[in-house]
Amino acid sequence: MEWTDDGIVLGVKRHGESSVILELMTHDHGRHLGLVRGGTSARQRGVLQPGNALRATWRARLDEHLGNYTVEELNLRAADFLGAAHAVHGVTHLAALCRLLAEREPHAAIYEALEAILDHLNEPHLAATMIARFELDLLAELGFGLDLTSCAATGATSDLIYVSPRSGRAVSREAGEPYRDRLLRLPAFLHGETEPQSPRDLADAFALTGFFLDRHAFAPRGLALPEARAHFVAAVSRASQ
Amino acid sequence: MPAAAGPEIERLIQLLARLPGLGPRSARRAALFLIKKREAIMAPLAAALQNAIEKIEVCRTCGNIDTQNPCTVCADPRRDGSAIVVVADVADLWALERAHAINARYHVLGGTLSPLDGVGPDDLSIDALVERASDPDVKEVVLALSATVDGQSTAHYITDLLHEANVKVTRLAHGVPVGGELDYLDEGTLAAAMRSRTPF
Repeated sequence: MEWTDDGIVLGVKRHGESSVILELMTHDHGRHLGLVRGGTSARQRGVLQPGNALRATWRARLDEHLGNYTVEELNLRAADFLGAAHAVHGVTHLAALCRLLAEREPHAAIYEALEAILDHLNEPHLAATMIARFELDLLAELGFGLDLTSCAATGATSDLIYVSPRSGRAVSREAGEPYRDRLLRLPAFLHGETEPQSPRDLADAFALTGFFLDRHAFAPRGLALPEARAHFVAAVSRASQ
Repeated sequence: MPAAAGPEIERLIQLLARLPGLGPRSARRAALFLIKKREAIMAPLAAALQNAIEKIEVCRTCGNIDTQNPCTVCADPRRDGSAIVVVADVADLWALERAHAINARYHVLGGTLSPLDGVGPDDLSIDALVERASDPDVKEVVLALSATVDGQSTAHYITDLLHEANVKVTRLAHGVPVGGELDYLDEGTLAAAMRSRTPF
């Protein structure tokens, strides 16, 4: 078995003295692990940092084997964001999100979204906007997509400002007003082409996606929301001030 | 297949094979060497190991390992008590000491935050660091952590926690190593070095 694909490093785990198990988010082969011999060397350590883009060749005798990776660097962007708190926490959080996906299942759209976010990770406001949308996309990819196209109560397609925590469907201002304390706020940028208007919009977006990620993705696996997510949101908030 | 040596020797080989850098074959060579030099090497080594087991302690102040508690570094009055150098591991502390890089005190975290390895803030000696940094005599905390995503995540996390403490938080520079030729450096290091350029 052998294939070559572009991938983004999600993490490495030391294996023995000189090798590492590399976890990549690849374009055509999804989240895929493999052994990198000599992965702890000074040269390879810099290449195998989360967020870096690589071209990886995976080889194994049988498909179900862990297999061996040989990698060459495409974009060593990790060095660019080590100095920014929101960026290092952001990339850690993105890796944790990608780990929710089953191994070896292709998710080309997720890969492309991840690549786009990493290219803008140094811009806190833009990165936060993209990550909030990424969380929605990931929920949909996991089969728990929210329906933000029309009001769950009236069918209205405009003035959608709430989401029902029970159904995950949008609720219009008028229909949601009596239940506003029990509904989640839906910032316009999550269902339109607009950009967040205020830090409050971003906070509302992360509260919304966090609620559903916790309920559908993390809690059923016995996990808490990643700490890196809270650190990322806090760092973006500081950067916006 | 019958064993070539008695159980005691096999046990010695098995234990030596667990050491970093040694596999079964090199452990066998090391064991044979020790057996041949029983009086000259093996007996003093066994005594040194026994002595180390009995005397080595983890410093209650900084997390360094030493045969005294507080450790030699913490007990040294000539050390600059106004700066704490934060390192991930004792090996990093030793590396800085070998380089005579700074005459300050240290704090060993015991690792870096690593979600993949399940290492969270509670697994590291971060609370003790925050407590030490709140001492009015401490003016600077130097984050000497790896230039990796995990290392810098830890650095940013600690920086946030030290926000309330009245200390200057600094980190090591990232860039061109001594003897490094630009042509052979990776793009990431070069970019970081260019961003951190200083007046000359």
